[in-house]
Amino acid sequence: MTATHTSAHAGKDPGTDRAAARPAPRRPAARGRALRTTGFHVSAGLLSALWLLPIALVLVTSTRTFDDIAAHGVGSWPRSFTMDGFRQAWVDGGLQQALTNSMLVTVTTVLLSLGLASMAAFALSRYDLPFRRVLLLLMLGGNLLPPQILLIPVSKLSEVLGIYDRLYALVGVQVGFGVGFYVFVLHGFMRAIPGEIQQAAVIDGASPWQIYWRIILPLARPALAALSALSFTWIFNDLLWAITVLRTDTQMPITASLIGLQGQYVSMWNIIAAGSVIAAAPTVAVFLAFQRHFVAGLNLGAVK
Amino acid sequence: MALIGSARRSRATRVPPVVLAFVLVPLLAEAFWVFWPAMQGFYLSLTSWDGLAAPTFVGLGNFSEMLHDAVFRTAAINTVLWLLLFGGLSAVLGLGAALLLQQERRGIGFYRAALFLPVVFSLVATALVWQAMYQPEGLINNVLSAVGLDGWRHAWLADQDTAFYAVIVPALWRQVGYVMVLYLAGLKGIDPVLYEAAKVDGASRLQQFRHITLPQLRSVNAVVLSVIVIDSLRSFDVVWALTRGGPYHSSELLSTYMYSTAFQSLRLGYGSALAVVIFVLAFGVIASYLVRAFREAD
Repeated sequence: MTATHTSAHAGKDPGTDRAAARPAPRRPAARGRALRTTGFHVSAGLLSALWLLPIALVLVTSTRTFDDIAAHGVGSWPRSFTMDGFRQAWVDGGLQQALTNSMLVTVTTVLLSLGLASMAAFALSRYDLPFRRVLLLLMLGGNLLPPQILLIPVSKLSEVLGIYDRLYALVGVQVGFGVGFYVFVLHGFMRAIPGEIQQAAVIDGASPWQIYWRIILPLARPALAALSALSFTWIFNDLLWAITVLRTDTQMPITASLIGLQGQYVSMWNIIAAGSVIAAAPTVAVFLAFQRHFVAGLNLGAVK
Repeated sequence: MALIGSARRSRATRVPPVVLAFVLVPLLAEAFWVFWPAMQGFYLSLTSWDGLAAPTFVGLGNFSEMLHDAVFRTAAINTVLWLLLFGGLSAVLGLGAALLLQQERRGIGFYRAALFLPVVFSLVATALVWQAMYQPEGLINNVLSAVGLDGWRHAWLADQDTAFYAVIVPALWRQVGYVMVLYLAGLKGIDPVLYEAAKVDGASRLQQFRHITLPQLRSVNAVVLSVIVIDSLRSFDVVWALTRGGPYHSSELLSTYMYSTAFQSLRLGYGSALAVVIFVLAFGVIASYLVRAFREAD
């Protein structure tokens, strides 16, 4: 990165690079391009293989029998095939209940927080509210706070309210904590919608609710799709808030249950791997279904 | 522009009450679950509290206790190391992956998806996958044996010297794809004309990278840096699922130490003080993030 560093490289590089960039005689250039394409696919392929290896391993492990793993170790070639690990994780390990809890919390939270956030973003971006910039950044700031500062008071607050160890408590804190970020992103998106569209609606006698529901919300659909995909994975994958406001095993979402599974079935890797597959399946499905929106969502939030 | 400006001004005369409610309801939800608890958190850091009896005010007692707390020191050093290693490596590897996979060509979607897939996994599932790899008879040790490095075989997570680094690897595996996406978007935003001009001037690949790519990525770098610092200080799940900060606190982070102090040792005052330390470490990033957002908000 330093000047000496670059010049040292620059002194060495130009020869090779210029040869590649300059229009050289036709044949060697074509061969060079073919070589580079092969080189690219080899390196990118190896990198992808390395990245996918742990996932392949967990899929394989989840279908092995316990005896196989006990006899040959978790890192050996599989010598058996069974779906028993899934049955045990699902039924005996309590993942069925945990997945239900997770889905309940996640879907409720995504709907509630995006509903609330889109209203606030609509109001802040389409009307000249006093202090709207301050409000917007206050809300974003709340989301950027490290959650650790909130853990103890939030757990006590939910005890006082009598919702400790209930799924509502988890929904409440997830909505409260997440809403600021969604407002910020949606505000940026809605602000870009031309004012004329809204003015025309006002002239036609539309109420603010109608403008929000019939005009702005449909126009903000791409941003909403991106944020839904993103927030689904965030909330579904959360562990910290869950173990802060929940206590009973039957209330726990799937992340916390997986840790329980790990304690309950020590070294029964087929069950633990099956549990991990079950826990990862919903977010992978969302990712595959909304891949484009999902990736767009990451950028929506970040490039600010 | 002028038209929108005047439209705004005329709208400003009266904001319908329902629009006020649109802002106030979400704001109250956040105030209730975030701002109010945050203020309590700061207050609790000045108390000694077991969660049952009333908290007793101890001033800065908790913070002076930290000065003599060896575990706190380990956790603080580890947190800084985590920030440098996890943060630095995920930025470098993410940029490297983005540079490798930036050009649209056949098969690129597959490669990108492969690197990106772990991003959607929960850190808990990620941790368990890697725990299987780290087992004494796990894949990593078997591969080491297969390539003749028998002496390197290790109980990776049970050894004080390796546990911390063994925990970073899964966190990195999951983060690199995310950083890659941010950089890919940044690279796409660079005007190709700049590279054409540089090529005409005879700039080498490295010079192009140094003088065009890096400066053009400045705003993305700032985002990546903020994301990394905030993620590092929040990191909890992967450590909790793999080692709970052990063995002998060797993989302890401030976040895991805060959690176990508060909810397992039930020292809620001291735990709050640890949370304040995390907040103070994060504050600079939060502030600069907000300053940037403030500029962009209008």
